[in-house]
Amino acid sequence: MAPLPTTGATSTGAVRGVPPTATARGGASETVASRTRTAPMAFRWSPGRIALTGAVLVYLVVVLLLPLLALVTETIRVGLSTVVEALRAPDAQFAIRQSLVLMLIAVAVNAVVGVATAIVLTRQRFPGRGAIEACIDLSLSVSPVMIGLAFLLIVGRDGWAWPVLEAWGIRVAFAFPGLVVATLFVTLPYTIREVMHILVEVGDDEEQVAATLGASWWRTFWRVTLPNVRRGLTLGLTLTAARALGEFGALLVLGGAISGKTETATTYIFGATEERHEAGAYGMALLLGVVSMLMLVVIEHFKKRRSGT
Amino acid sequence: MNVTLSHVSRRFGGFQALDDVSFTVRSGELVALLGPSGGGKSTILRIIAGLESADAGSVRLGNEVVDSLHPRERRVGFVFQHYALFRHMTVARNVAFGLESQRLGKRETAARVAELLKTVGLQGMENRLPSQLSGGQRQRVALARALAPSPRVLLLDEPFAALDTKVRSELRRWVRQLHDDTGVTSLFVTHDQDEAFALADRVIVVNHGRVEQIGTPLEIMDQPATEFVARFVGEANVLVGTGTSDGVQIGPLVVPRDARVASDQLHVVVRSYDLKFWRDDTGGTATVQRVQLLGDRVKVEADLDGVGPLFAQFPRRSSLLHGIELGCRIAVEITTARSYARQG
Amino acid sequence: MTARATAGPARGAVALRVAVCAYVGLLVALPLISIVIEGTSRGLAEFWSVVSASTARDAILLSLWTSAAVAVVNIVAGAGTAWVLHRYPIPGKAALSWMVDLPFAIPTLVTGVMLVLLFGPTRSVGRWFTAHGIEVLFAPPAIVLALAFISVPFVVRSVEPVLAELDRTEEEAAATLGASSMRTFWRVIIPALVPAIASGALQGFARSLAEFGAIVIVSGNIPHRTLTGAVYIFSEVEGGRPHAAAAASLVLLGAAILASALAWITMRRTVTAHGA
Repeated sequence: MAPLPTTGATSTGAVRGVPPTATARGGASETVASRTRTAPMAFRWSPGRIALTGAVLVYLVVVLLLPLLALVTETIRVGLSTVVEALRAPDAQFAIRQSLVLMLIAVAVNAVVGVATAIVLTRQRFPGRGAIEACIDLSLSVSPVMIGLAFLLIVGRDGWAWPVLEAWGIRVAFAFPGLVVATLFVTLPYTIREVMHILVEVGDDEEQVAATLGASWWRTFWRVTLPNVRRGLTLGLTLTAARALGEFGALLVLGGAISGKTETATTYIFGATEERHEAGAYGMALLLGVVSMLMLVVIEHFKKRRSGT
Repeated sequence: MNVTLSHVSRRFGGFQALDDVSFTVRSGELVALLGPSGGGKSTILRIIAGLESADAGSVRLGNEVVDSLHPRERRVGFVFQHYALFRHMTVARNVAFGLESQRLGKRETAARVAELLKTVGLQGMENRLPSQLSGGQRQRVALARALAPSPRVLLLDEPFAALDTKVRSELRRWVRQLHDDTGVTSLFVTHDQDEAFALADRVIVVNHGRVEQIGTPLEIMDQPATEFVARFVGEANVLVGTGTSDGVQIGPLVVPRDARVASDQLHVVVRSYDLKFWRDDTGGTATVQRVQLLGDRVKVEADLDGVGPLFAQFPRRSSLLHGIELGCRIAVEITTARSYARQG
Repeated sequence: MTARATAGPARGAVALRVAVCAYVGLLVALPLISIVIEGTSRGLAEFWSVVSASTARDAILLSLWTSAAVAVVNIVAGAGTAWVLHRYPIPGKAALSWMVDLPFAIPTLVTGVMLVLLFGPTRSVGRWFTAHGIEVLFAPPAIVLALAFISVPFVVRSVEPVLAELDRTEEEAAATLGASSMRTFWRVIIPALVPAIASGALQGFARSLAEFGAIVIVSGNIPHRTLTGAVYIFSEVEGGRPHAAAAASLVLLGAAILASALAWITMRRTVTAHGA
């Protein structure tokens, strides 16, 4: 075949665009070297912004840190050795142990109940589901003293369950079981919410896959669901522990704060304050304060992981 | 109002987003920034508007260097890819927003808003919220809003990317009309060639932060300055060729040589409509591999002896297609080819 | 887990459901119902006379206005805190975030003790106030301070996620349209934040109504002056008057539930407004 005609074969030299025609810039001194780089949309510390930041910092420090500082200085003023001695006294020791035991019970029970409830609420549909969720949300709005009152109405001396319980020899009000019940009430939502949050986020795809692969319910739960919710569960249980340690009003009303019997760390502080027992009150308050602040560090760590920021 | 970029560069961390970009958009022009995604086109637009700043180089609007000016001082209208309408405000308040600093008074503002809404064909929608509008309607509100304060330059960042095809072509026609009516210097970003060529007076092809070519649609199509432009625009074959004393050898075919190309190792770019095939049972230089009906065109893929795949497109009723079927031998004629030095 | 072919696991799922319902029912529903029953056991007229008796009425009103006052403070302080924490490049954000959450972790009684120590008449800060004739402890300001402490996190935590998800292109659009930072802030950003701010404030309000531990220590619990609703309920319980306690509980609880419901509704509105 004869060579074929072609038209207009073009060059390859990369034509880097049209150079600016108006290079003759007249007045404006345009040497790149002499110009300062400005970024108009970049963040700048204007006086208004500095003022706002200052105000916020002052607010946080005054409202949150000053009280803490006061506690620390006052405890030191009373004398650390005095405080330690007061905390070593048998009633204080009992109160501390009681709070720890309640915290552990709350964590243990909520680990099971929290996960179970979260699974039932997210993976099942049934009439009354809304009511259960409402109860859980409601429990957060109830004042501690109301919780104490409510249970007293049931298990207190004039309560309708009193005869039944007495017949079985179970004392709930003004006894340890009452403290447990009150603690379980106030700690109910935390684990449930965190696990629910994760269950919704993760979805049930993996569980469905496990089902198609023939896994039994227990195996699916143990090998698929539980590992997925571990993060939420840990955060929830830490929140539970902190809440359990911090409970006061309900324990006071339902437990009676009987020294050596139903006294917890918080109610001990209350009693100590009433009796003007400074070393005990401040010492225990500082102890609880420090422990809860440490727990908060753990909580913050898990919260950051949860929201991803 | 001209827009001039001089040697603009921008890095994001280790990534060079723009590399020595320079061009001028003349007053009243409608220019397209065309190129593949991630090529830096949107960054150019944002630097012109002041939403980003360049590491080097400068931007001028008219004769004024604007690098240190805040976006609010530049009087540049910007239409975002996802509209960025103020979701808590009605259509009317969205459009009126840019007028508020001009202190026009309630009646004048309302009149201007009504006029703009009429221009974009949304009269009567003053009190709707963005959530109650379709994509195309939101885009038109975004346009009206950007035009309200009479900007000196209008920038549009992939304005039609989020819309379906039908709405897109309508809006395209309509934006061109709007531009012709208002005469505002406009620059829009797109990765869609059809859009760029249909709308723009001139096209700036941008790839990997560099300007590959600036020219009218015709120039870009028919005289691609670089291999990238030749490949990117239109459907093209890229064949390996060797320069000889007679021309450029592509297997059994020869095309004339371009004296400006120094190398002998070449890539030859042939558009799918710059080829002729016809059936040749006695010899031929290629074998048909596939015949595809694409609506009103037919695409014929063949294997060029000793070279490799080659494809051409013909109108359905073309006489050249007569007899062409799978496996038959064909003769090939290249009517137009462009050679570029083979890189690496 | 409900999509099961065999009968066994399905029964397990139902059993779990029953167990969970029983637990929540016995733990939460039963006590709450008891309060309702006790509070209404003597009829509506008696209910009304009990809660409108001067001590009870003043206590409930005190709870309501102090909680409302603190909610207003939190709207400004909380929004400002969330804004600075989220938008300004300041160091130590983790520490500040930790501080904001402190009230969630610290036992309320400890809060009370801290405030007593800070404002007690013999302490330096307290002495300044007494010298100027301002009563803090055992006066209404103490209640407001205690509530301010415990409700710091609510608005901040409510606003933060909304701030994180704000569409920056709306702010950029406002800039290209000639708006100053202030105008952009008030016209574009604030409307997006209002539901979150309101919701957070309402949640803080509900929480403040319920507060007991911090207040019982710092306020002195003087009837008609610093006796809040929660402490009133406490004193009625201790005094063997469960009906009055239950009646007052119903009023306070009703207000808290109402506020929480409003908070929930307001938050939903942010979701539906995101039409774009």
